[in-house]
Amino acid sequence: MTSTAISASKAGSGRPRSSGSMIGPLSDTWAMTRRNLIHISRAPMQLSDVTIQPLIFTLLFVYIFGGGIPIPGGGSYVNYVLAGILALNLVSSTMGTAVGLSTDLHEGVMDRFRTLPMWRSAILVGRSLADLLTALLCALIVALTGLAVGWRPGASIASVIGGFALMLFFAYAVQWVSACMGLNASSPETAASFGLILLLPLTLVSNALVPTQHMPGWLQAITTWNPVSSVVAGTRVLWGSPNPSATIQAWPMQHPVQAALIWSAVILAVAAPAAAHFFKRRTTG
Amino acid sequence: MGDGTVAGPVIEAEGLAKHYGQTLALAGVDFAVPAGTILGLLGPNGAGKTTAVRILTTLALPDAGRAAVAGIDVVKHPGQVRRYIGVVGQEATLDPLLSGRQNLMIVGELSGIGRAASRARAAELLAQFDLADAGDRMLKGYSGGMRRRLDLAASLITRPPVLFLDEPTTGLDPTGRQQTWEAIRALLREGVTVLLTTQYLEEADALAHRIVVVDHGTVIAEGTPQELKEASRSAHIEVTLAVPNARASGAVAPMATGHVRVSDDGRRLSAAVDATPGLATALVRALDAAGALVDNIEVRRPSLDDVFFALTGGHIAADGHADSAGDAGAPRRTGNEHGVPGVRA
Repeated sequence: MTSTAISASKAGSGRPRSSGSMIGPLSDTWAMTRRNLIHISRAPMQLSDVTIQPLIFTLLFVYIFGGGIPIPGGGSYVNYVLAGILALNLVSSTMGTAVGLSTDLHEGVMDRFRTLPMWRSAILVGRSLADLLTALLCALIVALTGLAVGWRPGASIASVIGGFALMLFFAYAVQWVSACMGLNASSPETAASFGLILLLPLTLVSNALVPTQHMPGWLQAITTWNPVSSVVAGTRVLWGSPNPSATIQAWPMQHPVQAALIWSAVILAVAAPAAAHFFKRRTTG
Repeated sequence: MGDGTVAGPVIEAEGLAKHYGQTLALAGVDFAVPAGTILGLLGPNGAGKTTAVRILTTLALPDAGRAAVAGIDVVKHPGQVRRYIGVVGQEATLDPLLSGRQNLMIVGELSGIGRAASRARAAELLAQFDLADAGDRMLKGYSGGMRRRLDLAASLITRPPVLFLDEPTTGLDPTGRQQTWEAIRALLREGVTVLLTTQYLEEADALAHRIVVVDHGTVIAEGTPQELKEASRSAHIEVTLAVPNARASGAVAPMATGHVRVSDDGRRLSAAVDATPGLATALVRALDAAGALVDNIEVRRPSLDDVFFALTGGHIAADGHADSAGDAGAPRRTGNEHGVPGVRA
């Protein structure tokens, strides 16, 4: 046998690309993002945690706790609590990232992806972008429900949008933590419980739903340094909402916007490479 | 390297070994597939076929040995290898929540052939594999056979020059199997190089240019289907007598490797024999000497089934198909010591 050309010259569709071009990663990421959005469209009830849940939570907190919780420094409870409700919904919805990735890893389709000349990380990035879009939907629903029950931001539109952006940036960073959990979970069910165990306390032990002034000192210290508190306080500042945490003499509470940005950036800088590492480990061998 | 032009085999495995925990999946396997040919990797469940395919398709790393596709080392340059291969895994490797068309398109797009080309090729393949009507339905609603066909279609979207088919017809009905065989033959005519794993001897016989029989992680025989059949010296004879003859079975017995079966009416004798030259002549003489009137003698060459059962010690039948990778140890037979056909009831 002499030398044989392995080519697909008869093919009209061209050869798969070689790695190294810039277009590849972008189009792969877009393809994976679309795949995840199709998944959502096939099972719209998956979206309940970013649609129905925020609606119910907003009504629940405003009407049930609304009358009972005085806001130090004054202001209405709905104006105070909406940033907290947004944080609660966004942070808990990042659980979807863990469950989604864990499900992907357990499906045969992952083997297919792994034999394709694609940018492997598109699986992770595509997931996080699709989840960011659902987070955006969640934020929209919280805002609309809030407006319906009397939430009125006291700042310019640009500043209000800045508040949402601050919150979404944090949610995006937490998604990568969630990705790490999903990549280390033995099953999608375990991934979901991870979320419940870590994410719920993270949001509740903060200034999100109640002012921290009356908490015991040690608990107040935890809430002060909880990233969620910085993000919620930062959003309150940008929205011109009541922000009782401003009286707490600690750097994150005195500079909540900066603290929120730093927290989010640090979490992202640690969790994204870690997720890439775990993903590589789970998909080789 | 990497320019896609190779002299010699397109798929190569040299001393491939792989453990999964305590389990030995491959214990040093060698084979090579020349360009434009199809190699059948034949073996029972747990023989190591899938492990070999997973290593060659960059899904698993070998513990030892070397593997190359299109002249490219699969461990050193997996990304390069992926540009040349199409893979049909043993389990369905498509997204159940996407439609058939969306599945094909995403594979095309992730392979980098572009959205428009992916769309065109998806339509073409859906038609070719009889899935045009189901193309826009969710994969969830597909039958097992339809999924297998879509799996094959997905592996062809970029027209890869090298194909790995891991038990592509498992779970297909006879029609589906025929269609798949036809599709594979058509690919061979286009010059595609194929590694096919199968548990079906019939399939290896029908499609493969060469067959490598693996068992317990090692190669126990290799050759063309014809060579493998010839390597087994046994044949099966069936003699029909004009009238029953009591001495006939005694005349055949010295040539038989087992006992001679006689039908109820006493006119038919059957036995497994050593396929020596001049077998039929010897049989006629012996029967004539016994005074038997012979109407017909049929000498059946061993089927690949006979060879396979002889080689693997018939443990598929013995273990009732439950031969797991867990009991993989030393091979039971190696080399050319196979001479005894499996005795099948």
